[in-house]
Amino acid sequence: MTEALVQLDQVTVAFGDRPVVDQVNLSVSRGDILTIIGPNGAGKTTLIKTILGIQRATSGQVSVASGLVIGYVPQHLTLEPTLPLSVRRFMLLSGRGLADCRAALARTGVAHLLDASVHHLSGGEKQRLLLARALARKPDLLVLDEPAQGVDLNGQASLYDLIRELREELNCGVIMISHDLHLVMAATDRVICLNQHICCSGFPEDISKDPAFVETFGHQVAESLAVYHHHHNHRHDLHGDVVPTAEAHGGCNHDHP
Amino acid sequence: MTILDSVLGDFFWRAMLGGLGVALVAGPLGCFVVWRRLAYFGDTLAHSALLGIALSFLISVPLNLGVVITCVLIALALVLLSRTRTLASDTLLGILAHSALAIGLVTLSFMPDVRVDLTGLLFGDLLAMTRQDLLWIYGGAAFVLGLLALLWRGLLMSTIHEELARVEGIPVERLRLALMLMFSLVIAVAMKIVGVLLITALLIIPAATARRLAHNPEHMTVLAVGFGVLAVSGGLTLSWHLDTPAGPSVVVTAFLIFLLVYGGARQSRL
Repeated sequence: MTEALVQLDQVTVAFGDRPVVDQVNLSVSRGDILTIIGPNGAGKTTLIKTILGIQRATSGQVSVASGLVIGYVPQHLTLEPTLPLSVRRFMLLSGRGLADCRAALARTGVAHLLDASVHHLSGGEKQRLLLARALARKPDLLVLDEPAQGVDLNGQASLYDLIRELREELNCGVIMISHDLHLVMAATDRVICLNQHICCSGFPEDISKDPAFVETFGHQVAESLAVYHHHHNHRHDLHGDVVPTAEAHGGCNHDHP
Repeated sequence: MTILDSVLGDFFWRAMLGGLGVALVAGPLGCFVVWRRLAYFGDTLAHSALLGIALSFLISVPLNLGVVITCVLIALALVLLSRTRTLASDTLLGILAHSALAIGLVTLSFMPDVRVDLTGLLFGDLLAMTRQDLLWIYGGAAFVLGLLALLWRGLLMSTIHEELARVEGIPVERLRLALMLMFSLVIAVAMKIVGVLLITALLIIPAATARRLAHNPEHMTVLAVGFGVLAVSGGLTLSWHLDTPAGPSVVVTAFLIFLLVYGGARQSRL
């Protein structure tokens, strides 16, 4: 058993009386790719902010390996229009040398943008820039908040391929939030479905063997959350669809409000 | 020495030297005001400078010191109050800015034996620059510029993306406090030249002008210093020859430069 890069024990984050993240346990080691899915407002971003140390846990324990270098790819890079910034300058602000920065940009396929203004980049180029910036730090753990947002479909597939390759090259752990379930399935080792608490978690291979799954998947995104019903035995009225009740495999035994 | 003495003996040149010292720090700090959208915040601190003056008279401490301390306290209060989130930050700033200004004015009116030139405090005064003020300005400028250089990468990074900066181990909160401290110092030293009501203009206008021509953050700060120097020297010369109030003259000059640069840049694009 390799040492966990990050481990959460019964972590709860509450804003006021309302728990946004409720008693979550998880652990990520080198070479793992963990994807967090879940509906809007499920606390996905809050959960990774807790992992990153930006958000404090109300209760529970967040343990991080000592000397852990985290590469963080935030959801957006929204720059003040009044702040002039070139890709080169933004990369150098990571504190790494130009050679490292060039290599990282080349790895994510945006080396040609070195002297461009960050303001003029497209959504996809910005995501690749943010990824390059995380890479330049040679991270042990890569944390990505919806990395494929604003990227076209072809771009999404290659972005997830890239993340998988980087996991091999850097031998790092990866935690990401995603909405693109069909791509997540291909790129992920483990999936956690979050709705404040962990509704279910599992390995994509278990599910993808099921032919019914593929069919369900293409048609209704909302229903795709039901994909992991092998761990479910409850309903999700919130999304307007009722998950067929399957035999209990652990998970939670209750109805969602 | 005799040249320096004759320069320092002339009140106009003292004002000019002081103004240039202020422009030197107003440039880079003005860029942060623009980048971080702190214009209203700067106004609030500047208005509380008047409260600082009143308090300095009340407990008889040097004016500059009183102003710095008051501004720092108000800045800390703002940071703490903004965390409670019961009021929108612009409401909070509005309350504090005008209350501080009003309390300052009311307090001053209770001290009839203290003779202060209110117009000078509000709009700047060419004649008021003493040698001691010059020491404050250049001492403050050296301190602020040194601190800025030391903290530059962290400050810039937390301005670009606060959360990314936090993850990379940059002490975002402490840097925010350092920036507040620097603002307070700059406001205390700039007050004499442009006056309480117009300090924010001296911070913002040169920085905004510089944005038009700048390609990276450092370039923008250097240009902002340059435009600030132009505005101060042009404004004070104007004030000297036309007998106009110092602060407004500097701001008018800064505004004209702004118009010229933006107009010129538009022309060159066509």
